[in-house]
Amino acid sequence: MSSGSERKDFAATKMMKTIMGNYFGELANGPQQGRKTAWCTSVGPAELLQSLGYNVYFPENHGAMLGATRMATDLIPLANAHGFSPDICSYLTSDIGSYLKGATPLQKMGLAGIPKADVLVFNTNQCRDVKDWFQWYARQWNVPCIGIHTPRAIGDVDAPLVDYVAKQIEDLIGPLEAVAGTKFDIDRLREIIACSRECTLLWKRVLQSAANVPSPLTFFDGTIQMGPAVVLRGRPDAVQYYQALVAELEQRAAEGQGAVPGERFRVYWEGMPVWGKLRDLATQFIELKTCVVASTYCNSWIFEALDPSDPFRGMARAYSSIFICRSDDEKERYIAEMADKFHINGIIYHDSKTCPNNSNSRYELPQRLRERLGIPYLVINGDLNDLRLFSEEQTRTNIEAFAEQLTEV
Amino acid sequence: MSYYCGVDIGASALKLVIIDPERRIVARALRRSGIDYALSADRALDEALGESGLQREQISASMATGYGRNNVPWVRGTVTEIACHGKGAFHYLRREMTVIDIGAQDNKIIHIDDQGRRLDFRMNRKCAAGTGAFLEEIALRLDLPVASLNGLAEQSTAEVSLGSFCTVFTATEILEKIRTGQRVEDIVKGAFRAVIKRTMEMGAIRGALVMTGGVVAHNPLLARLAEDVFHTPAILPPDPQFIGAFGAALTAAEQMESSKHADS
Repeated sequence: MSSGSERKDFAATKMMKTIMGNYFGELANGPQQGRKTAWCTSVGPAELLQSLGYNVYFPENHGAMLGATRMATDLIPLANAHGFSPDICSYLTSDIGSYLKGATPLQKMGLAGIPKADVLVFNTNQCRDVKDWFQWYARQWNVPCIGIHTPRAIGDVDAPLVDYVAKQIEDLIGPLEAVAGTKFDIDRLREIIACSRECTLLWKRVLQSAANVPSPLTFFDGTIQMGPAVVLRGRPDAVQYYQALVAELEQRAAEGQGAVPGERFRVYWEGMPVWGKLRDLATQFIELKTCVVASTYCNSWIFEALDPSDPFRGMARAYSSIFICRSDDEKERYIAEMADKFHINGIIYHDSKTCPNNSNSRYELPQRLRERLGIPYLVINGDLNDLRLFSEEQTRTNIEAFAEQLTEV
Repeated sequence: MSYYCGVDIGASALKLVIIDPERRIVARALRRSGIDYALSADRALDEALGESGLQREQISASMATGYGRNNVPWVRGTVTEIACHGKGAFHYLRREMTVIDIGAQDNKIIHIDDQGRRLDFRMNRKCAAGTGAFLEEIALRLDLPVASLNGLAEQSTAEVSLGSFCTVFTATEILEKIRTGQRVEDIVKGAFRAVIKRTMEMGAIRGALVMTGGVVAHNPLLARLAEDVFHTPAILPPDPQFIGAFGAALTAAEQMESSKHADS
């Protein structure tokens, strides 16, 4: 492989390794320090948990690690044998397989295994699987599993819906206080929400740097860089990290440094990453001089509606506005807007076998958007974690053929 | 005179053509792709050169396509089989069309506009149901030579319906049909129908329906069954099995001619 096909790293990434290392250290040492651990879905009420003094652990991040390290494919069958179908969320099956086997990449970060939860807190805004996943661990450890049931296929995020979700978030306080042994402090929550919002706005600037032509950032970079926006939001170290990254990206953009040398085409990625193939795909796109500049996935952790002055309603609005729980009309409008903003030449939809909630090619959306935008699309079949569902050669050929097609448009 | 070569290394067969400057096929070669694609391509080229009386030096440019496209050292470049089947079919028809290519392990449906531009395309999902591999499995299960399938299906009088998506489950279904005394001709026709059903699910037909690939070339009944399903004539271009290789040769010719044009 020529060095020209390698992804360009960012100087800030070193800082990310440090702050993520610190975070995992805190999770490892939490029990000895008398701190409780709360599991939280990635678009769950993390700020509330932090305000109550919990160390917050995000199993979806672990799921992605299992995918990226390609451990997942060997672990999923263990969960399948335990009664979880191969057709359901492969984050869930990888993670439970990892627990059953006692093997996790976290062991390289100083943890004995996944951190045991004192309480598990879900939000069904992403899917039902997160609740099933958390409930399994709740039964294993005999700890409470509580959460928020967000409606799905939401059109307008209107006041009644926000009130409904905000009330559910507020209702978590009592049970969470009981487990934490601390008293809820709304001013602390406001501080954390303000910090989380600052992080989110910086993360948005990171992603928006890709609107430059050429783009200094690819989707594949984004999937790595998003770690702090997911797990460290609400903490000052995430803000510091993104300040450094934004500066670096904006400098690269000003200098006209593209992430893909000789960028010819700009593509939008819809759906989950294929975690075990990030490097291969990133390399292929570099070879094709095609930059995957934007994605629904990375943009799903922008929570602009967070509002320190109205904490519960702000969280409710932010966490109910994410793409995955919206109606198809909203999804279509959103992608059309992104295609325009990022000067997109084509859209790739990843139909992820075990993630129907985040596979948006199944109800004719690609065809509607092709008509609306006049740009071609490609659907690739694969999976977020289960590489048994991914055909390397077919995917390569499809992507190569798509790049050929873009030259014909 | 400049000649151009296209080589299509598929999952099962390697197809090679040499064309003249008028885009006429002057030689072709067909062999198993084998396990050493470079060697197979070399041998196919020698065979085609022998057939045409040409020398290697007379080939101005070559392009490779298919699964093994990156394994041929002497080509100018590579291009996907999706592009090649579209280009090859359009060369003969020059109109809006839908190309259905049924290969050994994958199927493609390619929409081409009236200028020869690809509008969109789709390959079968990772499952090989409905491809040549499916028919090979059925032949194995029925203990028949693959080459006999078309003739048998032509003799069917009461087609058997096969419902499974999965090749292996279809083979199980076939065992059931054998057990209940269904005629082999009718079972084979049912298998042919299953191939067409799988392609029908891949996309709608826009413009003319053109079918390419070795499976249709050797089993022309499939084209007639496609006509039934799509309610439009199914057109087989000349040498349907070689359309991918022909598209690659056309690409080689276009690239050489445009680079000469750019130099002059």
